[in-house]
Amino acid sequence: MPIDFLYPEYEVIRDNTRCITCRVCERQCANEVHHYDKELNMMFSDESKCVVCHRCVSLCPTRALKIVKTDNTFKENANWTGDAITEVYRQAGTGGVLLSSMGNPKPYPIYWDKMLINASQVTNPSIDPLREPMETRTFLGKKPTKVEYDQKGGIINNLTPQLDLKVPIMFSAMSYGSISYNAHESLARAAKELGTFYNTGEGGLHKDFYKYGKNTIVQVASGRFGVYKDYLEQGSAIEIKIGQGAKPGIGGHLPGAKIVGDISKTRMIPEGSDAISPAPHHDIYSIEDLRQLVYSLKEATNYKKPVIVKIAAVHNVAAIASGIARGGADIIAIDGYRGGTGAAPTRIRDNVGIPIELALASVDQRLRDEGIRGNVSVVVGGSVRNSADIVKAIALGADAVYIGTSALLALGCHQCRSCQTGRCNWGIATQRPELVRRLNPNIGYERLVNLVHAWEHEIKEMMGGMGINSIEALRGNRLMLRGIGLNEKELSILGIKHAGE
Amino acid sequence: MKRIYVNEKWCLGCHLCEYYCAFANSGKNDMVKALKNITINPRIRIEEHNNVSFAVSCRHCEEPLCVKSCITGALTIKDGVISVNSDKCVGCYTCILSCPYGCISPSDQGAIQKCELCVKNAGGSPACVKGCPNKAIEWVER
Repeated sequence: MPIDFLYPEYEVIRDNTRCITCRVCERQCANEVHHYDKELNMMFSDESKCVVCHRCVSLCPTRALKIVKTDNTFKENANWTGDAITEVYRQAGTGGVLLSSMGNPKPYPIYWDKMLINASQVTNPSIDPLREPMETRTFLGKKPTKVEYDQKGGIINNLTPQLDLKVPIMFSAMSYGSISYNAHESLARAAKELGTFYNTGEGGLHKDFYKYGKNTIVQVASGRFGVYKDYLEQGSAIEIKIGQGAKPGIGGHLPGAKIVGDISKTRMIPEGSDAISPAPHHDIYSIEDLRQLVYSLKEATNYKKPVIVKIAAVHNVAAIASGIARGGADIIAIDGYRGGTGAAPTRIRDNVGIPIELALASVDQRLRDEGIRGNVSVVVGGSVRNSADIVKAIALGADAVYIGTSALLALGCHQCRSCQTGRCNWGIATQRPELVRRLNPNIGYERLVNLVHAWEHEIKEMMGGMGINSIEALRGNRLMLRGIGLNEKELSILGIKHAGE
Repeated sequence: MKRIYVNEKWCLGCHLCEYYCAFANSGKNDMVKALKNITINPRIRIEEHNNVSFAVSCRHCEEPLCVKSCITGALTIKDGVISVNSDKCVGCYTCILSCPYGCISPSDQGAIQKCELCVKNAGGSPACVKGCPNKAIEWVER
């Protein structure tokens, strides 16, 4: 047997005085970490298989289990950290590209946490949202630049199609295939109840979910999986996905093993064939090409649905966004480098793209400078973790946010970042029927609704504190933000003053 | 009346209901103290085959065969809940033979045992329902 260079990063600690050998840990672990020894009447664990998903920890009825980081260590080295060394071992062993999932976990600055929100004192009264009306309704789409009248003086309706959101929060694109049927059902039902939208991702739309069409954004990505007339007509908006924050510049690959049954039908590809999304759209090599696709989709749906163009936040994002706005898109979605994924090459996830906060600020500023901000709505995603992040995003100029990771966390995701294995113990990122079953949409959708309701309350509280009673009045209101611990350059990109100024 | 319904679609076969049942009926206040180093004898049982599983416990039938068959009157139905008076039970097991669902079993104390919806123990409401992680067991009016 060759030398195993890899030492498990985490340890499963079992308090044997508490363990009642009910074996729920063993039954619930798809990675087969736990096993029962009849002779000794004891449970044993093999931590080398553990992905730290906490399924066993959460279900253990006597709280006999916990997971801790191992204190087994290499000789300390600030440059060659344990992770850096282990990754070399891993690649030397396999010769493969390192894969991981969910968002970039590296300790880059989080600009949300370096911005503070204003509140009213004395000179302008704050508002109590429990006593006074507070408006969070948001319309996404192109806004008319002037009011037009007919000959009798009546107003001509020159409004292009809009998305009507009760709260400025939508669920990000996650395909059926990357997440399970039950996860999709939870998102769809929650979107309906909340008066907002979820997004099919690039995996097509299961026929069972056509009934949630009014709350669905259908995606057209480079692989064009599941795209046909009915699909486009089902959704309330169509999103062209150019890029994704977790892996800008590269495509996607859903292994053939996951293309089974309904997924193959929904994606419209043969069972067992790999679903490969190319890195670019092969018909888009310029803004003009993009414009053609935008208008093809509008033409195909009778100009009744807004078209969203989603890009990853990259270096020239402001110029790209300007091109998209001129290309006829109604909404631009920007995904920051911390955005999640079901699988991405680790190096890409951890090193490509820029923070959403900076991208948002520069896009909003550029569109305003060019006088085309009203042509498009801006939606941002890529690690919106709480309601304060949303308030800050809107103050920086966003119209609404996309939440993906937060939504999955609400469904039970524990961020073990092993989606690519397809053995999600929480029934989210898996297609194995016995695992999918673990996510009961009756529970899942309620948890999503709870989360968004909670955030809505908090957004209203914060708005009220600032003396603002309408989300419209907060949008792009950067005076409501102050930076803390930021340098001049960062402040100028964010377009905000430093705390104390 | 509220009854226990099981849904095999959501049952994970985790067997936690059995352990919560055994704990609820142990009379002890700590799960470890109640269940450590014993083989449990719960009143709800998971039936499983391949990938299908579901929990089986007393249906509290409207016309219960077990009550009809009880030779001593130990089994009675009151407010829709069928319960056993273990002082009267002589352990003839006729009820076990007559229950079409196999929901009655011999108790460790000599008499028989069956689900009594946790009305007699400290729980107050069915422990299996509270303990089910996926709402596969529900206690509802239908």
